[in-house]
Amino acid sequence: MLIFKEELCKGCGLCVSACPKKILQLSKTRLNSKGHAPVEVTDPDACISCAFCATMCPDCVITIE
Amino acid sequence: MAKFNKPKSLTDAVFHYCPGCTHGIVHRLVAEAIDELGIEGKTIGVAPVGCSVMAYNYFTCDMIQAAHGRAPAVATGVKRSLPDHIVFTYQGDGDLASIGLCETVSAAARGENITVIFINNAIYGMTGGQMAPTSLIGQVTQTSPYGRDAATQGMPIKISELLATLEAPSYITRVTVNNVKNVRNAKAAIKKAFQNQVEGKGFSLVEVVSNCPTNWGMTPEKSLQWIDTHMLPYYPLGVYKDKDAEDKNNG
Repeated sequence: MLIFKEELCKGCGLCVSACPKKILQLSKTRLNSKGHAPVEVTDPDACISCAFCATMCPDCVITIE
Repeated sequence: MAKFNKPKSLTDAVFHYCPGCTHGIVHRLVAEAIDELGIEGKTIGVAPVGCSVMAYNYFTCDMIQAAHGRAPAVATGVKRSLPDHIVFTYQGDGDLASIGLCETVSAAARGENITVIFINNAIYGMTGGQMAPTSLIGQVTQTSPYGRDAATQGMPIKISELLATLEAPSYITRVTVNNVKNVRNAKAAIKKAFQNQVEGKGFSLVEVVSNCPTNWGMTPEKSLQWIDTHMLPYYPLGVYKDKDAEDKNNG
């Protein structure tokens, strides 16, 4: 399961391009308190917990359980 | 049980780095190496001048912030006075390859038993994108608006190759963090550089080819591709010196 510490996200999108299942996107409707569009998962059931997103995240936003 | 979590050796402070800056990835890899080797309580880090000047906010171990470029000299002093501690420096190219080149080469030539993490992103980040000694030929920066010209500004310095010509260093390698595979390789290299120090093998330096999306003027994703297309042809990845491997080969 993917858990995002959304307030830490700077919306750089490195996780989005690293995801092999293409189920991550930067939010089109929300901003966090710093004004960045945070990452969100479009299809949680398709996640294979490969941790590619978390490996590429420069800000330790993503925890995988 | 978390499959992937923030390493314990990082504090809860939010990185001040720009979106997509790979400093965050390398900080995490250093912290993971410290965690895995179980050396958090006896590690002392030396922060540079540059974007990572406030690295002391992010690591839970003791940290010192050195004068510009002098991190290897400060680390030498710390290591010699506290030889049972693990001492690392974390430096950018404007710090290590420019004003601190003398300290870097001298510490390596003495074979000081320290670990140096060298972030090479071919530009001065903190001060606003000036040309660094490692900037590529043709690279446009604030101080080379027509692109770096070899005739007047010289050729970029290849630190790993330079230091590998010295006798004393134990381990010199160049890695990058522009995709998952390379991040894993970088992690292994950084861990080995710390392990070498634990085993008293001497000077280890890991050069991490990094990005600077802000001053390169690119999106974070594009900057990682630019590493592949522009940085790596001039700065090839690889192990430039490894005394362990040499000893094995020599039986």
